[in-house]
Amino acid sequence: MPIFLNEDSRVVVQGMTGAEGQKHTRRMIASGTSIVGGVNPKKAGQSVDFDGTPVPVFGGVAEAIEETGADVSVVFVPPAGTKGAVVEAVDAGIPLVVVITEGVPVHDTAELFCYAQAKGTTRVIGPNCPGLISPGKSNAGIIPADITKNGRIGLVSKSGTLTYQMMYELRDFGFSTAVGIGGDPIIGTTHIDCLKAFEDDPETDAIVMIGEIGGDAEERAAEYVKDNVTKPVVGYVAGFTAPEGKTMGHAGAIVSGSSGTAQAKQEALEAVGVRVGKTPSATAQLMREILQSG
Amino acid sequence: MDLMEYQAKGLFAKHDVPVTLGIVVEKAADAAAAATELGGRVVVKAQVKIGGRGKAGGVKLAGNPQEAVAHADDILGMDIRGHTVHRVLLAPAADIAEEYYFSFLVDRTNRSYLCIASIEGGVEIEEVARTNPNAVAKVSIDPLTGVDDVKAAEIVSATRFPEDVAEEAKTIVKKLWDVFVKEDSSLVEVNPLVRLGDGHLEALDGKVTLDENAEFRHDDHGAFEDKAAADPLEAQAKEKGLNYVKLDGEVGIIGNGAGLVMSTLDVVAYAGEKHSGVKPANFLDIGGGASAEVMANGLHIILGDPQVKAVFVNVFGGITACDAVANGIVHALELLGDEADKPLVVRLDGNNVDEGRRILAAANHPLVTLADTMDGAADRAAQLAAESAQSSTQSAQGSPEQGRD
Repeated sequence: MPIFLNEDSRVVVQGMTGAEGQKHTRRMIASGTSIVGGVNPKKAGQSVDFDGTPVPVFGGVAEAIEETGADVSVVFVPPAGTKGAVVEAVDAGIPLVVVITEGVPVHDTAELFCYAQAKGTTRVIGPNCPGLISPGKSNAGIIPADITKNGRIGLVSKSGTLTYQMMYELRDFGFSTAVGIGGDPIIGTTHIDCLKAFEDDPETDAIVMIGEIGGDAEERAAEYVKDNVTKPVVGYVAGFTAPEGKTMGHAGAIVSGSSGTAQAKQEALEAVGVRVGKTPSATAQLMREILQSG
Repeated sequence: MDLMEYQAKGLFAKHDVPVTLGIVVEKAADAAAAATELGGRVVVKAQVKIGGRGKAGGVKLAGNPQEAVAHADDILGMDIRGHTVHRVLLAPAADIAEEYYFSFLVDRTNRSYLCIASIEGGVEIEEVARTNPNAVAKVSIDPLTGVDDVKAAEIVSATRFPEDVAEEAKTIVKKLWDVFVKEDSSLVEVNPLVRLGDGHLEALDGKVTLDENAEFRHDDHGAFEDKAAADPLEAQAKEKGLNYVKLDGEVGIIGNGAGLVMSTLDVVAYAGEKHSGVKPANFLDIGGGASAEVMANGLHIILGDPQVKAVFVNVFGGITACDAVANGIVHALELLGDEADKPLVVRLDGNNVDEGRRILAAANHPLVTLADTMDGAADRAAQLAAESAQSSTQSAQGSPEQGRD
């Protein structure tokens, strides 16, 4: 079993009828994902044709679950409606919500995350993330499916394109699951959540962890690795040259004073024995050495 | 978006936090009338979006309007840790009995909110936390329940505000909470929150960071943007919807995805160590699409930076495959025409990479160099930038009238 997402996952798409929702639903279907429905209260009862695959549109997540047995929702709903969409999915009791939407206000994310925590039945991934893929099995989000293959590396990353870069660099080995957790200040699933899941996953042999400036998630992940992870982990951190006080693309990617620096993150990881590559290619090379020696 | 003190105080006033607004001036001469209006004895405070103003000499007490003008003249135009002072705030000198510290912020670690408060204010809170950690109260706040009467009382009690100001403190805590949630702030900080001689509390300074993602529900927040102080290239990029940060280097950077671009800056900086220390000139994320128009807009901004000597285009073709990206680059160069006058090193990887490279090779643009790897491309771009910087220095020395810098 890969983590969070497998060949049995049944995926609904909230916001499937919008432009981004349609484009990526088509790609998810093409990569073998079982898309069982879309959600749009205004278009309930209709059906959208994706190159010969008709997908029904439901009025709500609860109805979609009842009709299809969906257990994953991917959210493309625009920022103003994202919190409402996730709360609806949590209320419907869906086990996994993947929030692709970029630009969600941080107060909305704080609320939707705490709401999901309080209910205790839904894992939220994102927002502002590319989603996750268990190659060859299922793809929930916008990660390109054709740049890698199924294998035994687990990948967790704050950055979308660095996720793709790493998947591509190590495509000869392949991945059990690659999770893009997003670069916002508050995210539903952290490096630690993924490290724990990969450690417990019998189909994952080694883990690549990609971080970037801002916050202290990488430092805490390092602490977690020290005490809880027995599988080999290699790391990469982006943003050594980022100036203080400037947001570098991702809302959470900011060095504030002396906190959140790439240097501190690298040191924390290396202190617990995680080898950190200087560049993405060097990081892939470290993983290659580990897999070839094992 | 960080606000300046006078803007933060404006938001405080909107939510009934006790505050004295004062008068903002941009010319030293205007300080005389402002000081007179405020009663003569005023504090002249630099308005910049960075801490440590006092230490840098950006906050001065004036005994009379003439002194206010002199101080304003000193402070206006001053550089405080890279921030130029374009305006000063004149505020009546307050009769301060005690200084406290108060803040609400987004707690990334616990994915909720945090209140940090102390009765030892007026100094850096980090310093208090180091020297006297017991004096710093930290109270976590559940985003779903927020700050009600009970929570406000908990905060006031944890901070150990003096009993005779406790009731007033509770009221102010709730009003500052309004500033935090109703304005979509990620930080609201008051340092110092003072107890005046008359026993009342007042926010004597204010720092607010607004969440730009929430601008869609705050029509009035756009007005806080300091267009005059913004870097002209950053302003131009923002207008085009591009994510651009100006840096101080010679290698222009374009890439897709924030993480990949950050990584590209790092790799260029490492490569620069071997090529006369050239550095990345900017951060520019053109996003997943990488269409010809977006590519042209991005190149236009980077080529408008006179410091740039070479450009590194680093694209991973995922959702948009490399052939589309390559066509985008070719079309962008056509759109730019003669404006494109600096060498471009292009590294493409990912979907349809062979076709992408074939398209660029066939176009055979004299400025474009293709590179196979990110590290190799960074090295080549740094080398080209270093060579170009060197030759322009030489030509500038040879014919001084042509030297631009």
